Amino acid sequence: MQRIGVFVCHCGSNIAATVDVKKVAEMALKEPGVVHADDYPYMCSEAGQALIAEAIREKKLTGIVVCSCSPRMHEATFRKAAERAGINPYMVEIANIREHCSWIHKDMEVATEKAVILARAAIAKVNLNAPLQPGESLVTKRALVIGGGIAGIQTALDIAEAGYEVDIVEKTPSIGGRMSQLDKTFPTLDCSACILTPKMVEAAAHEKITIHTYSEVEKVSGFVGDFTVDIRKKARSIDMTKCTGCGLCQEKCPSKKALSEFNRGLSTRSAIYTPFAQAIPNVPVIDRESCIKFKTGKCGLCEKICQAGAIDYSQQDEIVTQKYGAIVVATGFDTIKLDRYDEFAYNQSKDVITSLELERIMNAAGPTKGHLERLSDGKHPKHIVFVQCVGSRCSDDRGKSYCSKICCMYTAKHAMLIRDKYPDVDVTVFYIDVRTPGKNFDEFYRRAVEEYGVNYVKGQVGKVAPQPDGQLLVQAVDMLDNKQIKTYADMVVLATAIEPEPSVRKIATMVTASIDTNNFLTEGHAKLRPVESPTAGIFLSGVCQGPKDIPETVAQAGAAAVKAIGLLAKDKLMTNPCTAKSDELLCNGCSACANVCPYGAITYEDKEINDHGIRETRRVAVVNNALCQGCGACTVTCPSGAMDLQGFSNRQIIAEVDAICR
Amino acid sequence: MKYSYYPGCTLRTKARDLDAYAKASAKALGFTLEEIEDWQCCGGVYPLGTDEIATKLSSVRALCAAREKEQDLVTLCSACHHVIKRVNHDMKHNADMCKRANNYMENEVPYTGETTVLHFLEVLRDRVGFDVLKEKVTNPLTGKKIGAYYGCLLLRPGKVLGFDDPENPTIIEDFIRAIGAEPVVYPYRNECCGGYISLKEKEQAKSMCDTVLESAAGFGAEMLITACPLCMYNLNKSGTLPVHYFTELLAEALGVKEEAEKACE
Amino acid sequence: MNNMKNQVQLIKEISGSNPYKCMKCGKCSAACPSFNEMDIKPHQFASYIMNGEIEALATSKSLWKCLSCFACLERCPRDVEPAKLIDAARQLVVRQKGQDYLKADEIPALLDEELPQQLLVSAFRRYRR
Repeated sequence: MQRIGVFVCHCGSNIAATVDVKKVAEMALKEPGVVHADDYPYMCSEAGQALIAEAIREKKLTGIVVCSCSPRMHEATFRKAAERAGINPYMVEIANIREHCSWIHKDMEVATEKAVILARAAIAKVNLNAPLQPGESLVTKRALVIGGGIAGIQTALDIAEAGYEVDIVEKTPSIGGRMSQLDKTFPTLDCSACILTPKMVEAAAHEKITIHTYSEVEKVSGFVGDFTVDIRKKARSIDMTKCTGCGLCQEKCPSKKALSEFNRGLSTRSAIYTPFAQAIPNVPVIDRESCIKFKTGKCGLCEKICQAGAIDYSQQDEIVTQKYGAIVVATGFDTIKLDRYDEFAYNQSKDVITSLELERIMNAAGPTKGHLERLSDGKHPKHIVFVQCVGSRCSDDRGKSYCSKICCMYTAKHAMLIRDKYPDVDVTVFYIDVRTPGKNFDEFYRRAVEEYGVNYVKGQVGKVAPQPDGQLLVQAVDMLDNKQIKTYADMVVLATAIEPEPSVRKIATMVTASIDTNNFLTEGHAKLRPVESPTAGIFLSGVCQGPKDIPETVAQAGAAAVKAIGLLAKDKLMTNPCTAKSDELLCNGCSACANVCPYGAITYEDKEINDHGIRETRRVAVVNNALCQGCGACTVTCPSGAMDLQGFSNRQIIAEVDAICR
Repeated sequence: MKYSYYPGCTLRTKARDLDAYAKASAKALGFTLEEIEDWQCCGGVYPLGTDEIATKLSSVRALCAAREKEQDLVTLCSACHHVIKRVNHDMKHNADMCKRANNYMENEVPYTGETTVLHFLEVLRDRVGFDVLKEKVTNPLTGKKIGAYYGCLLLRPGKVLGFDDPENPTIIEDFIRAIGAEPVVYPYRNECCGGYISLKEKEQAKSMCDTVLESAAGFGAEMLITACPLCMYNLNKSGTLPVHYFTELLAEALGVKEEAEKACE
Repeated sequence: MNNMKNQVQLIKEISGSNPYKCMKCGKCSAACPSFNEMDIKPHQFASYIMNGEIEALATSKSLWKCLSCFACLERCPRDVEPAKLIDAARQLVVRQKGQDYLKADEIPALLDEELPQQLLVSAFRRYRR
């Protein structure tokens, strides 16, 4: 028989204002096995923990129930306290009477009744708890970073600097990401390439960093400290060891009609290409969809002219399998598609563009060599209209519910740069709110208005009507003047909402990281674990977690690196003892459990079984405790009830349900 | 192929030609429009109030009649189409409205939005197919530069009508191509003609139509086509470009225009 | 005061839309083809209702200038649907006796040879009970 102590926390007024804590303690004392019950204002405080320890010693308790907040907050705290007082930490159960009770109820009587029931269930479980001992697993001292943008590069550099091996997997032919497409960066207006390229070079040159470009993560198995990952290195059709990066093949390639991804489709590129001049590695790839050799079998010009003999049309995709201790997701973002925003005539006029397209137009390596001109006729614009919040802050089914966070600042940047370089161009910005929380951000925006004369108008654009002469009639509202405005513009720039790079969904599934309805990866805790996924060993870097600008991304990338380093620095990890266990006498060897196990933790062995005196060899399931993550899939699948989860046995769960239904 | 057909008030009076051209064209294309019996006026505008029931019942009756014959319900006038499609959407998605309408009508089998409502243009696009239409054209309107005038009622709200992209529609342009003419795309093709406001604020409606017509003419349109008698009336008050029903051009392209006009007399 | 609260509630019920979702972006007013004819502008409908200024809304010209063209409704990023709000205010007025905007007596003078039946039907529906 257990000797159970029940400790009811007030959590200040968080619980005590809605739940009669004294009554919960009093009712708990009537439950079987309970020999002690008490309440206290802050059970997690040192004094509260001391109260628990004292009771354990004085009343010779064998198990405890703490009625408090979510186990995600303080289960670890109370388990440690119990261990210090001399009982096994797995003899502790939490009844969540805060998130599951006091915070969601208003009526004290109802809430108290529910708290009593929750306590009862936890007590019923502890009555059946048994001490458990965690095992150990080894840590592979190597990290994988998925995504080679500024977030991935920074994370990789920081991990490598700590002395650990890091691999970057980037799906495009070069690292650099979105930042490599930007012209200038706010609020200091540094040239984006000038500050990014040194980092790219540093990553490429670092002895601890291996970069896999034109590659994708294909399969992930294992668990924290011991992941096994298959990386598909797509056939580049170039021998990377031979190519000198001379660029002659790109120059001579006769197929030049493919749209340049790097220039957002605003210019064309050859079928054999490096995305941009500073690309790393400086080795081209052959886009087989556009290559004449691959389409018709003819051509082969690049092979003929390549003096290094690096062209290899027969190259195949290659799968590299590698073990990692930690995985950092840094998959970044894209702008949303504007197909459903044609009131702005995005699909009807070449001169209606997204802000990212404007970045390319403003960039010296872009489609117009950095000259500000209309894409329709090459003319120099006289009036440019910027529209903010296109697809952001929407509760309709067209856009995104969130604020994309970076648009107010980059629009101010664009407006300022244009007014600086071309003082003859008028710039109007239609905004809903100007959001500039950041160091030197509001000053930056004010400078656009006060020093550069950018015309900010509070209101939105309702329609953009292309005119026969190519001008754009912008119909908008000035809400402060209460006037509808009709103004002619030569270009309209849409501050398009950003969304996580769509492939992140696939990656999240592979690494079993949780993801929200907007495809942003979920943090372990919104405030206290912002760079960790709830899945152990998976870390988040950059916009895959939520909209952010470059300084924030770099800061988060560093934080994710520190968390990964903290993991890699350990030689061994304590494993969760709540793993599955098979009862050999009941197992009929059907393989149902092995088929559903997502971790490959179940194997079958031929074992000699003594079944009530009958000795025979049977095929039975065996669980590898190092691999089992305690998900419970096998326990509900097993047709003969042989599989059970330690710490969450069927008996324990039924006892809890019975206690609730009593 | 047979469809239930809801003509609406104006197609029996001022816009008899819109109806006659459509029927003759349907015949030439191999489908029949069977007018539902005892149809009642749709009311011209969709009653926006969520508590309106009685004003939606004429649409429900038409929808039930089509269900009885197990046919899709075809409309021609943009306004009828708008009203009936939206009421159908209510019957399907608004349980309260659906229950009250069925109670009122004492329907033995409750009507819950089973009928598919199609505009004649949707029949051409989704059932006949513009490529098939193109093959059946005997008298292509080659060289004619035609602006499509959609107005509001065919397109909005896009979520309910599901007719085409409400901001950049293409169905009438595709229709124009199918009959051998050249579509002229202009930005005001989905802006309002003034609608019912032209009864009392004639100047305002005229100025709105002027904007539409000027824009279309600026892009080189020689004429506009519409599906709606009220749009036709309002646009004609401006009168800077000729405006035709799309069915007239369809009948012409299929070589059945005269036949239709005789039926109209 | 009580009556005003009832009217605010009534407008919310009739329109089926929630004025509190409005973020005051102004896109409705930017899209409205009748903007210049209105005294209270589409982007103000929601705040008039939230502030209980129903009397002002009910006596506004805007009730009769809305075309029900649904440009505001289509382009509103917050699903506030201003066309439904102003229609609900219009319903409050026309459902009272003698408050019709269109009197039968006026009709003969407004007719012309080409005028389609549809126009009369539509105007009757929007302008009177």
